[in-house]
Amino acid sequence: MNNGNSSGKLVFINGPVVKAENAEALKMREMVLVGNKKLIGEVVSIESDKATLQIYEETSGLKWGDEVVSTGKPLSVKLGPGILSNIFDGIERPLEHIYETGSAFIPEGIGLISIDLNKLWDIHLTVNVGDYIEEGSVYATVQETSLILHKLMVPPKMSGKVTFVEKDGKYNIEHTVVKILDKEEEEVELSLYQEWPIRTPRPVKQKRAIEKPLITGQRVIDTFFPLAKGGTAAIPGGFGTGKTITQHQLAKWSDADIIVYIGCGERGNEMTEVLEDFPKIIDPKSQKSLMQRTVLLANTSNMPVAAREASIYTGITIAEYYRDMGYHIAIMADSTSRWAEALRELSGRLEEMPAEEGYPAYLPSRLAQFYERAAYVETLSGTEGSITIIGAVSPAGGDFSEPVTQNTKRVVSTFLALDKSLAYSRHYPAINWHNSYSGYVTVLKEWYDENISENMMELRAKILRILQEERKLLEIVKLVGEDILPDDQRLILEISKVIKVGYLQQNAYHKDDANVSLNKQYKMLTVIDSLYEAANECIRAGAPISKVKNEDIFYKVITMKYTVSEENLELLDELIKEIYEYYISLGKMYRKGGAQNETEISKIR
Amino acid sequence: MKLKYLKLDRIDGPLIVLSGVKDASYDEMVDIEVAGKEHKKGRVVQINKDKVVIQVFQGTSGISLGNSSVAFSGGPMRIPLSMEVLGRVFNGMGEPVDGAGFYAENKYDIGGRPINPVGRKYPRDYIQTGISSIDGLTTLIRGQKLPIFSGDGLPHNEVAAQIVKQAKISGDAAANFAIVFAAMGIKHDEAEYFKRQFELSGVLNKVVMYINLADDPIVERITTPRCALTAAEYLAFEHDMHILVIMTNMTSYAEALREISSAREEVPSRKGYPGYLYSDLASLYERAGIIKNSKGSITQIPILTMPNDDITHPVPDLTGFITEGQVILSRDLFQKNIYPPVNILPSLSRLMKDGIGEGYTREDHPDIANQVFSAYTHVQEIRALAQVIGEEDISDLDKKYLEFGKQFESKLLNQSFESNRNIEDTLNIMWEILGAIPKGELTRIDPGLIEKYYVG
Ligand SMILES: Nc1ncnc2c1ncn2[C@@H]1O[C@H](COP(=O)(O)OP(=O)(O)O)[C@@H](O)[C@H]1O
Ligand SMILES: [Mg+2]
Repeated sequence: MNNGNSSGKLVFINGPVVKAENAEALKMREMVLVGNKKLIGEVVSIESDKATLQIYEETSGLKWGDEVVSTGKPLSVKLGPGILSNIFDGIERPLEHIYETGSAFIPEGIGLISIDLNKLWDIHLTVNVGDYIEEGSVYATVQETSLILHKLMVPPKMSGKVTFVEKDGKYNIEHTVVKILDKEEEEVELSLYQEWPIRTPRPVKQKRAIEKPLITGQRVIDTFFPLAKGGTAAIPGGFGTGKTITQHQLAKWSDADIIVYIGCGERGNEMTEVLEDFPKIIDPKSQKSLMQRTVLLANTSNMPVAAREASIYTGITIAEYYRDMGYHIAIMADSTSRWAEALRELSGRLEEMPAEEGYPAYLPSRLAQFYERAAYVETLSGTEGSITIIGAVSPAGGDFSEPVTQNTKRVVSTFLALDKSLAYSRHYPAINWHNSYSGYVTVLKEWYDENISENMMELRAKILRILQEERKLLEIVKLVGEDILPDDQRLILEISKVIKVGYLQQNAYHKDDANVSLNKQYKMLTVIDSLYEAANECIRAGAPISKVKNEDIFYKVITMKYTVSEENLELLDELIKEIYEYYISLGKMYRKGGAQNETEISKIR
Repeated sequence: MKLKYLKLDRIDGPLIVLSGVKDASYDEMVDIEVAGKEHKKGRVVQINKDKVVIQVFQGTSGISLGNSSVAFSGGPMRIPLSMEVLGRVFNGMGEPVDGAGFYAENKYDIGGRPINPVGRKYPRDYIQTGISSIDGLTTLIRGQKLPIFSGDGLPHNEVAAQIVKQAKISGDAAANFAIVFAAMGIKHDEAEYFKRQFELSGVLNKVVMYINLADDPIVERITTPRCALTAAEYLAFEHDMHILVIMTNMTSYAEALREISSAREEVPSRKGYPGYLYSDLASLYERAGIIKNSKGSITQIPILTMPNDDITHPVPDLTGFITEGQVILSRDLFQKNIYPPVNILPSLSRLMKDGIGEGYTREDHPDIANQVFSAYTHVQEIRALAQVIGEEDISDLDKKYLEFGKQFESKLLNQSFESNRNIEDTLNIMWEILGAIPKGELTRIDPGLIEKYYVG
C-alpha cells in the first residue's frame, strides 16, 4: 500500500471484473494498472474503500493481494498524427507494432502504448510568437497521409498568448512545438498530440442542421434510404444477411473524408481482409489508396470483452478529433450488438439487476448517448465538420423485437433492415425496401433537386409505389397464380422484377457495379421509368403482356448496370430512345387495327 | 512446493469452495485427491480473498467436505504436445486413454491467445471435397471455419466423414495433412463410427482424437475442444501442417457450459445459456485460420445439432454469427432420400468469393452459383403456388423451373457416400440442369459465359 503510487490490493477476481480494497485514493472511471503484468483496467464503481475494476486484458494469473496502481487519469486515448492508415485494438494499442515485436498472437501485459512516439513528422507551424490562440485554433499542420492534412489544435478549454514557436522541421509527437501563457499566467507546452478521455464527447461550437447526403455509391441507399452527413443509421440483420459487406462497401465508397472502422466483437479475418484489400483499392475521386483515409479498430470476438466495450468510445473519440479539424467522418461499428453484449457480460459479473434479456437497465441510455455523438457541427475553430454513425446490429435469431434492435431503432434516423429471405435468394444488398426507412428524405430533397435533378425524389416515390403495388399483387399470385391478373397488373410484376434485379441488386464484387455515381443512378431510374410508362401505354392500347414484355428490351434494361459504364452514360439515353421506338410502334399497331393485325405485330419482334 | 488444503467449505454441483488459501491465482489448475486414492482436476474460477471457488473436472461425486485435499499447480491448464500425438487418443483433459503412455518436452496452455488480425493471412485457397453442393455452392476454403448445422438423426457424421475422406487427396500438401477430432458429449457408437471411417480411409495414423463421451464428466466437455485446438495450433503453426479440425457436438458443448453456469448462479440470457456464450464459442471458432509466419493452416468443421431443427436456437444462431458460413442439412431433403441433404438456400460460405472463379476454380463459377441460388429460390415459390392451384395450372415457364428444381435435387445434390466429383464435373452439372430453363432467365450470368457454356 505504501510503495509508490499503489492504490489498493485485489480481493476479488471473477473474469474481467475484479475488486480492490484500501482503494480510497482511486477515482471513478480512472485508469489503473493491475498485478505483475500491469494489466490495464478502469474503475467502474466505488463503495467506501472498495473499488470495482474492469480489466481490458485476460485476467488469468491474477491473485489475491495483487497491487492496483493508479494512473491518475481517466481512460483516454492519444490523439495526434499516426492514427490514420493504422490499426489499433479497443483501447488504441497498435496491433501492427504488437505483431512486429512479438508473434502472430496477442500477449497480455503489453502496457499503455498507442500511436508511435518515435516517428518523425514534417511539421509546419502556423502561429507566431505574440499571437493569441484559443481552443480549437490550429497551431501547426502535418501531412499525415497523402490524403489528409493533420491540423494540430489547441485542446478544448485552453487559450493564451504564444511565447515560443519551434521552427518548421521533423519532430516526434512528444516534441514541444509551441508554448503559450494561459489565463493563469502559467506556461503550457503544446506538442504534436493531446489526450482525451474516451467517454466524454469533445466540445463543438454548435450543432448544425443536417442537409447534405453521405453519398455511398449504393443504389438502394442513395436512391431510396439515403444517409446524411452528421446523421445516424443502423443496419440490423441475422447472420449472413450482409451487415459486414454493407459496412465494407460504405467504408470503401462513401464520400466521407475519413473512415473510422470498428470491428467490435466480430471476426479476425474480416479485419485482415480490410488490411489486405484497402491499400489496393484506389479511391476514384482522389486516385489515392483507400487506406490513406482509414483507421481500423479491431477488438475481435475472442479478444478481451472489456476492451470490446471500450472500442466504441475509442472510435468515436478519434472521429471527433478529426471532425474538429473540419473533416467529414463516417464511423462504422460492426457490431453494436457485441458491444451491448459486452455491457451485459460486465454488468452480470458486477451482479447488477438485469433488465430485458439480461441486459442492464442502462442499455437504452448508453446507446442513445453513443448515437448522440453523431452530428453536423461548427467546430471550435469555426469550420464545418461532421460525424455519421453507421452501426450494425446483430439480433439474436434475426428477430428485430429484441432489446438492442428496438433501442437502436428509437435513436437512429436511417434503418436499413436486412432480410434473411432476400439473402437466401442472393438478392444483395439484402435491404428490405418495405421495412427500411430514412428520416432524411425530406431534408435532403433540396440537395437532390439542386445537384442531381428535380425529378429524382419523385421517381424514387413512384418506384416505391410500384414495389408496394407488387407486394399486394404477390399476395394474390400466391393464391391463384399470375395468369389470372389483368395485363396492367402483370406489367407491375414484370417492372418490379426489373427494379429488383436491375436496380436494387448490386454486386459488391463486380468491378463496375460496386460503386455507382448518383448521376448514373438517376439515369437508370429514368430508363426504368420510361420502360414502365411506354409499356403501360401499349397495354392501355390493347397490346397483350406477352408482346409488351419484349425479352430483348427487358434484358437490356436489367443488365444496363453492367453494360453501361460511368464514362458512357449517354448509352442510357439511347436505351430510352430504343424503348420508345419499340413501344410507340407496338402501340400504333394495336391502336389502329386492334388484334387483327397479328402478322404485322409479330414482325416487330 | 505448494501448500495442500484439507478442508472444503462447500460443495455445489461441479463446484467446490475452500478458504484459508494463500497464493491461488485466477484460472489456476488444482489437483484434488479424494479419499486418499482418486485424483481429480479442477480450475480456479473465482477468488474472494482467501476464499476460492474451484470447478472440478471429473465431477464432484465422491467428494465430501473432509475426505479430500487440494493442491495448487501454480498455473493454468497445460497439455503436453509433440509430433507423437498423431494417431493417438486422449480424454478431454489431454491425457492418453489408448493404453500407452505419453511424454512430451513442452507443455501448452490450452486457453490459447487471440490471433492478432495483423498476424493473420486471409484464406483464399479452396479445398475440393468432392461433394457438389459444397464445392459448387458453399465452397470450403483452407483456413475457414465452416460448421455443419444438422438435426438429430440427420447424416452429419457421414457428411463430415466424406469430407475427411475426400478432402485429403486434393491439393499439394497431402503429406502435410492431419486431422484433429474433438468429440464432446457424443455417444460411444458415434465416436466408433468416426474411428472406423478414419481407418477405412487410411488416415488413422494422421488423426489426433480428444474424446469426451456423453457419459464422461461434463466439466471436461469444456476443456476437450480447447485441448484439441491447442494440438491443432501446435501441428499447424509449429510444424506447418494443414489441419482439419472436426468438433462434434457443439450443442452438447454449449449445454455443458449452461449447466456449469447455472451451478454458479450466473444471470442467464436466452434459453438459460450464459450471456458469454457468444464470446466463449468465439474463443474456439476464432482459433481457425492461417497466420503469416507459418505455412500451416487450421480449417474447422464444427458439427452441431439444432434442437427441434430450430436455426434460431442460441447455439446455431451464435455459431452462425461467428463462423465463416454454414452448411445446413434439411430434414425434408433427407426424407426425400437425398444424400447429402444440404439445404443450399440458407447455407453460405463467406470465404467462397475469394477462392473461386478464374485462376481458382473456373471463370464461370461465381455467376453460375449465383444463378442456381436465384433459380432454386424461385422453385420454392412455384412449388408453394403449385400446392395451391395444382401443377397443371401453373405457367409453362414455371413448369420449366419445376423441372430445374427436380434435376437440381436429383443430379446435383444427390450423390453417394462414395462419389467424389471434381469441380469441373460439378460446374458442368450446374450448366446441364440450368438448361431446363430458357436462356433469357439467366440474368445473373455474364452473356459471354452463357455463350460459352449454356447447354439448353
Ligand atoms: N452487396 C453484396 N454483394 C455480393 N455479395 C454480398 C453482398 N452482401 C452480402 N453478400 C454475401 O453475403 C455474405 C454474408 O455477408 P456479411 O456481410 O458477411 O453478413 P453479416 O455480416 O450480416 O453476417 C457475404 O460473404 C457475401 O457472400
Ligand atoms: Mg458480419
